[in-house]
Amino acid sequence: MSRQSAIEIAGVSKQFGDFTALDHVDFKIQQNEFFTLLGPSGCGKTTLLRMIAGFETPTQGDILLNGKTISDSPAHRRKINTVFQNYALFPHMTLAQNVAFGLENLGWAKGDIKSRVDEMLEMVHMAQFARRKPDQLSGGQKQRIALARALAPKPEVLLLDEPLSALDLKLRQSMRDELRRLQRETGITFVFVTHDQEEALDMSDRIAVMGNGRVQQIGAPDEIYEAPENRFVADFIGETNFLDGEVTALDGDTATIHTALGIDVTTTQSGVTAPGPAVLSIRPEKIGLEAQAEGETREGTVVSRNYMGGFTHYTVEAGGVSLRVSRRNAQARADRIEVGDTVTLGFQPANARILGQ
Amino acid sequence: MSKAFRFWGLFPAWALMVLTLIIPVFIVAAVSVSERGAYGGFDWGFDLTAYRQILFTLGWTDELEFDPKYLIIIGRTLAYATGVTLISLILSLPLAYWISLQSARMKLILVYLVTLPFWVSMIVRVYSWLIILGNDGLAERIYVFFGGADGQGFLFTWGAMLVGMVYSHIPLMILPVYAAVEKLDPALIEASHDLYGSRWTALRRVIIPLSAPGLIGGSILVFVPSLGAVLEPMLLGGGRQLMMGTLIQNQFGGSRDWPFGAAIAMVLLTIVVLVLIVNARRAARQMEASA
Ligand SMILES: Nc1ncnc2c1ncn2[C@@H]1O[C@H](COP(=O)(O)OP(=O)(O)O)[C@@H](O)[C@H]1O
Ligand SMILES: [Mg+2]
Repeated sequence: MSRQSAIEIAGVSKQFGDFTALDHVDFKIQQNEFFTLLGPSGCGKTTLLRMIAGFETPTQGDILLNGKTISDSPAHRRKINTVFQNYALFPHMTLAQNVAFGLENLGWAKGDIKSRVDEMLEMVHMAQFARRKPDQLSGGQKQRIALARALAPKPEVLLLDEPLSALDLKLRQSMRDELRRLQRETGITFVFVTHDQEEALDMSDRIAVMGNGRVQQIGAPDEIYEAPENRFVADFIGETNFLDGEVTALDGDTATIHTALGIDVTTTQSGVTAPGPAVLSIRPEKIGLEAQAEGETREGTVVSRNYMGGFTHYTVEAGGVSLRVSRRNAQARADRIEVGDTVTLGFQPANARILGQ
Repeated sequence: MSKAFRFWGLFPAWALMVLTLIIPVFIVAAVSVSERGAYGGFDWGFDLTAYRQILFTLGWTDELEFDPKYLIIIGRTLAYATGVTLISLILSLPLAYWISLQSARMKLILVYLVTLPFWVSMIVRVYSWLIILGNDGLAERIYVFFGGADGQGFLFTWGAMLVGMVYSHIPLMILPVYAAVEKLDPALIEASHDLYGSRWTALRRVIIPLSAPGLIGGSILVFVPSLGAVLEPMLLGGGRQLMMGTLIQNQFGGSRDWPFGAAIAMVLLTIVVLVLIVNARRAARQMEASA
């Protein structure tokens, strides 16, 4: 398959003085993809997005749009639009004027501008507010106008920098659905930045997990969650238990680890190149208690219990190791497990993953 | 208590205003309608000769003849003040914008540098231009260095006067323009580039409209005192072309026609008040529009 990638980041580094914000970042974003840059605050997501938009220049490396370098074109020549974190709507223009701004600069005909503005305002359900000014809008409405303004010129790529973080929780959920709908309807490649892993898992076709100025892993949401390639990703996405251990046998993608729990586990691995110290990562919901304890089992003592409605979270101590276990409350009157109880816990080796140090 | 307190609390301010502003204006108004004294000065009375003198002269046979010479001076003064204002505006906007992009520390230093000339006496500052623009001065040496003909310097020209006036007044423009540009959200300028706007578009459609209050405020602060400039026309312009300021000065000094000087001063004051009224109306309209 030789589909042209929409954006290619080729060996991009960015220095601010002595500080390395991005360190040899290298990846491709496919056409029509909802692609997410996910990582903790300060890991360089905004910097990367600003370099794609043209507001920042890479210290090293190249950025390609549809296979052609855009490193030499200024921001206003790139067919890329941005939804800014705080919307950056022009306060002295009406909403219709805001949406028309890009089209006017592109030299569209008056009539075409008008119909496109109407169409865009319709698309984000803001048609009746066309003549208002931005300061008369709520946060969610500003967000919609920022989207309409950025989508109006039909960019090749839309960049969104934490567009939902300023909204309240309820609005955020509905805007997630709205954003996905807009992406499907327009077929435009979205590059979405967030530090919220749940948002990323929910919305993305693919996610690039970033940490310490590098891309740690790229993959579909379930790959990122179920098959993390390193400790950083396993730790940052969702919750997990890390069991220290020694890899005793290694065979390509699988390895056998002797864990601190005292059991040997053979499963898939990533980042282990030679026998020696490594960790076993096992997610709380993949450990069963009592009747659900399957595969490798062990006795342990419950030291804490947090009832969350749909789930109950336990901390269980076994063989000197503390494990977080999450149990779905599938029955209204399930057998209760209390603090102090001795329980059997277990997990299927296939649900665990060995990671290099 | 609060009402009395408000009155007496503000009393020093009121007293200052009345003493230094209102009373002098009334005195000037009174002088403008007095009679010219036989040996200079004036005698109290009521006489509109000074105002008539602005438009008419007395012919051989005591008939009134329309004479535009003072209107020309008023027009020239308005033209120079407008030019000074426009030049200051065009120079200040990029400078203020550039300052606003610097680090916080650098901004402080640069704003301080802008205000630095205020610490030196106005006369000294204008005199320094005499030296720079004069025969064999810095300006001429640079001009010659770039291949210009050696001459007598640039003094006593309208250009020298403009340079001096822009120099004296431009800090009054830079500061309010900077204050307005400083407050601009840089994301708005980026948004205008993001939406295919060139630098010129960003300037015209985002930076200028959003910093308009500062641009207008600075323009008034430069325009109004430029109308009354005396030192620059006298020293740098060589007094060859009269301005309202030098005209007034002459009447109180050389010609000793105090009522006429006061009448011109009242005309100047009227122009200033008109400018302020127009601006206040505009500001009120804008407040209404954004409410
Ligand atoms: N203009 C700049 N000058 C100096 N350091 C910067 C600049 N912009 C960003 N940084 C630094 O680069 C790092 C990455 O920033 P950013 O890309 O904004 O992170 P993120 O968006 O992932 O939170 C941060 O440590 C930040 O302090
Ligand atoms: Mg950021």
